[in-house]
Amino acid sequence: MTASGEGPGGGSRAEVLRRVREALGGARGTRPPVPRRYARRLTDDEAVNRADVLALFTERVADNRASVRHVSADELGTAVAAALWGREAKQIVVPADLPFGWLAELDGVRALADTPAVDVDTLAAVDGVVTGCAAAIAQTGTVVLDGGRAQGRRALTAVPAYHLCVVHADQIVGTVPEAVERLDPARPLTWISGPSATHGIEMVRVEGVHGPLHLEVLVVED
Amino acid sequence: MPKFAAAARSALADTGLRRNLRGGIAAAREREAAAAAELGGWDDLREAGRAIRDAALLDLDAHLEELERAVTEAGGTVHWAADAAEACEIVTGLVRAAGADEVVKASSATTREIGLTAALARAGVTARETALADLAVQLGDDEPSHLLSPALHRDRAEIRELFRRTMPAAGPDLTDDPAGLAAAVRVHLRERFLRARVAVTGANFLVAETGTLVVLESEGNARMCLTLPGTLISVAGIDKVVPTWADMEVFLQLLPRSSSGDRMTPYVATSTGVTAGDGPRAFHLVLLDNGRTRALADEVGRTALRCIRCSACMNVCPVYERAGGRAYGPVYPGPIGAILTPQLRGVDSAADASLPYASTLCGACADVCPVKIDIPDVLVHLRGTVVESRRRRPVPPPELMLMRGLAWTMGDPRRYETALRRGTRWARLLSRGGRIRRLPGLLGKWTEARDLPAPPSESFRAWWTRRRP
Amino acid sequence: MRVALSVACFDDALFPGTGKAVTVLLERLGHEVAYPPGQTCCGQIHWTTGYHREAADLARAYTAAFEGCEVVVAPSASCAATVRDGYPRIARTARDPGLARAAEGLAVYELTEFLVDVLGVTDVGAYFPHRVTYHPSCQSARTLGVADRPLRLLRAVRGLDLVELPAAGECCGFGGAFAMKNSDVSVAMVADKVRHVRDTGADVVCAVDNSCLAHIGGALSRLRGGVRTMHLAEILAETGPA
Repeated sequence: MTASGEGPGGGSRAEVLRRVREALGGARGTRPPVPRRYARRLTDDEAVNRADVLALFTERVADNRASVRHVSADELGTAVAAALWGREAKQIVVPADLPFGWLAELDGVRALADTPAVDVDTLAAVDGVVTGCAAAIAQTGTVVLDGGRAQGRRALTAVPAYHLCVVHADQIVGTVPEAVERLDPARPLTWISGPSATHGIEMVRVEGVHGPLHLEVLVVED
Repeated sequence: MPKFAAAARSALADTGLRRNLRGGIAAAREREAAAAAELGGWDDLREAGRAIRDAALLDLDAHLEELERAVTEAGGTVHWAADAAEACEIVTGLVRAAGADEVVKASSATTREIGLTAALARAGVTARETALADLAVQLGDDEPSHLLSPALHRDRAEIRELFRRTMPAAGPDLTDDPAGLAAAVRVHLRERFLRARVAVTGANFLVAETGTLVVLESEGNARMCLTLPGTLISVAGIDKVVPTWADMEVFLQLLPRSSSGDRMTPYVATSTGVTAGDGPRAFHLVLLDNGRTRALADEVGRTALRCIRCSACMNVCPVYERAGGRAYGPVYPGPIGAILTPQLRGVDSAADASLPYASTLCGACADVCPVKIDIPDVLVHLRGTVVESRRRRPVPPPELMLMRGLAWTMGDPRRYETALRRGTRWARLLSRGGRIRRLPGLLGKWTEARDLPAPPSESFRAWWTRRRP
Repeated sequence: MRVALSVACFDDALFPGTGKAVTVLLERLGHEVAYPPGQTCCGQIHWTTGYHREAADLARAYTAAFEGCEVVVAPSASCAATVRDGYPRIARTARDPGLARAAEGLAVYELTEFLVDVLGVTDVGAYFPHRVTYHPSCQSARTLGVADRPLRLLRAVRGLDLVELPAAGECCGFGGAFAMKNSDVSVAMVADKVRHVRDTGADVVCAVDNSCLAHIGGALSRLRGGVRTMHLAEILAETGPA
């Protein structure tokens, strides 16, 4: 930083910081205590056991206008295939490290692995994408992707019109604080709660704008 | 920009606008109330939100430096802008350096505040709004009227006409069904997203500890902006900082439920610097002051900087419901605008000085604010700022003379009693049939549409004295 | 109990019936009413309009006028709110800790708070055979939080047919100087309030703030709305034919 205020990225770094310090005066540096009396876990009204947590997740995903189904681990391949047939998908894109078994039953659907990275025109042209997730939240019906195993880069789930997301039951936490605690902000996170939607016209909610028009969630119970 | 009262007068006469406002915000209000009520301990969450925002602001310089360090370590570049002009200059330079003549832009009140689109246009760069309502405002060459839903003043039929006129791909058979209109926007912008080399977004939060940009949105346009173009530029006020990643557990509950009434906004995207093989190769964060330090210097006014831009305050405001967002000027609408805009811009102009008076102080906004900004308190405080600035004028304004005179009269019971007797006599002369239908001077505004009862000949204190001599 | 009565300047001139009604009511309940003669105005108009120096002067005069009173009752929620909620803020602005202490020393109650909480009565022996609706003014409901106290008092009045006001919690649009500075929006707000009042079929609309009632009543009068306004105290003071 130089006397003229040029910071590492340019601009008025020194000037802005000087104004902040001057504005705060004697109050500067005080960090008032933060009372955290809010609930960090689901209350007993919401869920008493694991089955309740899964049921709550299912209910809330459906409230977000996404489709949701429960399957057992050995049914997963069939369920993925059935979901894609149901959408009449011919070609989909998948992360390079999607577990092989998830697509084992595919017949007549071409799955493009994102390695090397598929171009944006292909992403826009495919009928959908299949991924896993890093965590899911029962209270809000949310799935969270962090670019880790079976999730791929962010563009894969941003562009296609259909997203099929596989959630393992043990990935589902109860609340937002539990999810925040478990996730690593150094990774690029995408929290998804239903299909793309807008309140842009008369503040009425309508599904389907730029992101996926349809979100389908498969919950795998072991 | 006209004074609030004048702008509101024309808005009140626009019956279509009145209907759109009434319908839109009534539904939003109900959704938000239900979303807050569903979560037990809502007030505990608000209390935490308030405290975290205060903690962020009172140690802002340290948090900003921490943020800069974390963003830089993660491969991003931080720029500092003292005002709107400097921010626009920085962004324009970055766009030029990327060799782009078009950028895609995700909804951001901050970029509207600094007039970025116009600044880019002067440099020959087209900024494409990508959120549906922002696009409608841009295509209609219009001003936004709501934080969350900027085209709230337009109904579906108007938006259909606008799209038919301005979108080459939208055919004559485009109906006014909102789903169909949303689909038309998807088609209209798809190619632009795929080809864009630069995206400009705002930020909902900036996490100082980790250097993380947090964006909440519902349409998927911000996700596209955050992932497809090679260069990402985010413009954010210095007030958007929260200290730690753990603090997000509070705001990711407060903001969705207070803004759209969702349990969670459809998309929350977080991005920390640059990630190899995923998303933009260059990330620039422009930190903007533009009057925020002026607000920060005011011990009462600084609480307005807690704002997380949810829009709950405007959805419950009876003044906003009737006057609409554009009456509050080009920066921030609704009750929060009435306390933020005069602090960001000062109260020298009559229009900015009129904003703190654009409220009945009913308090509905403070009841719903997720970070507990006592908006009526700040409004009254800023009214004091306005009056103080007027006291120094060489010719005192008539209102100042009147209020001083009134205070002098009220300052002494004998003066007050004399004035009371005279005023009563005078008012009774103006009355007919027990009511006054026209008052002179400043009070004439009252009798434009309301009667005033004639004062009875005997005041309370006269009655009291007569009863107990 | 000896009760010091605080009468708003506005009520003193325009609605003297309210102070009289409180006097009659409290005496009927067996209490002694005093009217400290030094009182003029609590300073609310100056405070909310931004004339904070003048408001501080008036606040000092008000606290001096009521100094030493065991309990102060104001049949005006906005005045009670100014003293209780506003004076600490006025003192903060004026940097006058003496005023803050003086304000803290005052036990000021809005009338319905005093009746229900301090005296512990809801049935005050009133008789009022009319259809009545109640407008919860913003200062009473939000700043003071009087909640359902006024309604509990009204429900105990013999002969009274209490009807619920639709959208009751919405401001009438008065807002002090707002009614003049933003008269167009103010009128648009009172138009809706008047519509809701008329929809109840009541012949009386009451509240615990004469300022809001002057606004609603002023619009009703201009429109010949056929509904009259009354302060809640005036209803509670009514006992009907002996």
